[in-house]
Amino acid sequence: MTTTPTQPRAARRPTTRDLLTRADPRRRWTDRIMHVVITSAFLVALVPLVSVIWTVVSNGVVRMSPYFLSVSMRGVYGGIDAGGIYHAILGTLLITGLATLISVPVGLMTAIYLVEYGRGPLARAVTFFVDVMTGIPSIVAGLFAYSLFALFLGPGVRLGAVGSVALSVLMIPVVVRSSEEMLRLVPNELREASYALGVPKWLTIIKVVLRTSVAGIITGVMLSVARVIGETAPLLIVAGVIDSINTNLFEGRMMTLPVYVFRQYSQGLVPCSPEAVDCIATINYDRAWGAALALIVIVMLLNLVARLIARYFAPKTGH
Amino acid sequence: MAQRIDLKDLNVYYGSFLAVADVSMTIEPRSVTAFIGPSGCGKSTLLRTLNRMHEVIPGARVGGTVEMDGVDLYGSDVDAVAVRRQIGMVFQRPNPFPTMSIAENVLAGVRLNNSRIGKDEASELVERSLQGANLWNEVKDRLDRPGSSLSGGQQQRLCIARAIAVKPQVLLMDEPCSALDPISTLAIEDLIADLRSEYTIVIVTHNMQQAARVSDRTGFFNIAGTGKPGKLIEMDDTRTMFSTPSEQATEDYISGRFG
Repeated sequence: MTTTPTQPRAARRPTTRDLLTRADPRRRWTDRIMHVVITSAFLVALVPLVSVIWTVVSNGVVRMSPYFLSVSMRGVYGGIDAGGIYHAILGTLLITGLATLISVPVGLMTAIYLVEYGRGPLARAVTFFVDVMTGIPSIVAGLFAYSLFALFLGPGVRLGAVGSVALSVLMIPVVVRSSEEMLRLVPNELREASYALGVPKWLTIIKVVLRTSVAGIITGVMLSVARVIGETAPLLIVAGVIDSINTNLFEGRMMTLPVYVFRQYSQGLVPCSPEAVDCIATINYDRAWGAALALIVIVMLLNLVARLIARYFAPKTGH
Repeated sequence: MAQRIDLKDLNVYYGSFLAVADVSMTIEPRSVTAFIGPSGCGKSTLLRTLNRMHEVIPGARVGGTVEMDGVDLYGSDVDAVAVRRQIGMVFQRPNPFPTMSIAENVLAGVRLNNSRIGKDEASELVERSLQGANLWNEVKDRLDRPGSSLSGGQQQRLCIARAIAVKPQVLLMDEPCSALDPISTLAIEDLIADLRSEYTIVIVTHNMQQAARVSDRTGFFNIAGTGKPGKLIEMDDTRTMFSTPSEQATEDYISGRFG
């Protein structure tokens, strides 16, 4: 007898085909709808990202040139077709580099304490304060670094190194959190394997735990660098604004890329007289976009390098 | 080089929980001692107290004495790290270091301790240890491949090679074959038979045929109920244990009447 849809379901035993193909149509519909919802959410999230990159690249290439990358703003005035970001690139790399040098040892050792040694109230207190530190507004970090150094060097102090301290206040909690996660991912079996070979705990941590998790830790450090390399407010306070090259972190003001972008943008349009031939009215905006593009490219390059290092250190999988 | 181990009134705790109570036994040198018993009766816990691996778990502690050649392993002047160099361990699941090659895994006990070792000496140690673990012929052409590229049975033999490379006097094995197929199990059992002449071996196993095949003496552990401490019910020559045990519980367990 052939089955017809009009027949009441309970009246007959469902065929195997029915059981395997008609079961739970509601779930299958939900599945389809959720697929669409999740994919659209992903696309919506992608829109601002693509838009930002497109805007920065299309506006930034206007002034991007080897010349722009290799000169400072010293002696540049008005709308003349000159000036570059060399001093700001140097400042950003030096200040962020020193901030990383401060943050990675402090953050990594805190994470090691929390994972390998910390028990009881002290460990809980450290975790709590790291969480609190994560939420510190960057301007507060800047004011903190300023007031700390003003105690020793007097009011009005502006140094690249103070900027590094301000950035490390922002970086340390990110490094702690990400390294902690990575250290916890190392299977306990590997620690025990090492202990059972008569390896002391400190060597086990350095040579087994850190060695196994180094790829993830590098990724976490990179994320924290990306988090602070674009900070403007604290650097505006403590590293200041300058037009010429300064490579000494411990003396004088230091320009950085985000502050440069802010500075150029806030200067606005240049009032060019009609007879001036080499006056570009939008030069300040063009320089700001160029510096923004340079900043994004630097972050991308750092990410690329970190990925290569991480891949080199990653645990080898079989075959 | 192999030493005897004497346990006296050993109580093993996790925090305030007494996991193993009142164990006294002697582990003879150059022989294989097997611990059998149902799950959760404290065999593995007891094994881990023999090389002070128990104390790496927070809150874990031990009462009573474990003496190797008359020296209490838990004496105040005894270094747990030094104990573990003399008493090696092989774990239930093979755990080669994933960042190291096969050769580096064998040398791990030397290299991780920052000891300097010459190139010739190192390759000799690798070959000797891998031959000791019956693995040399299978891996000699790919010593620089990652340890994780081996099969489970080979990984376990690599872990044994790693353990014997530091030249311990005692080798503890915590269910070394439970994650392996019968062929790999046979390879490990053959290996245990070879190692017996040089090391004192203690093996925890759930497989009673295995205990009967490889061990000289067998200890049977049991637990009165959940939350109660595990106890050593009886210990004797393996042949006696499996033919004419003196306790009814042992006979029941061995003949499969409970458990």
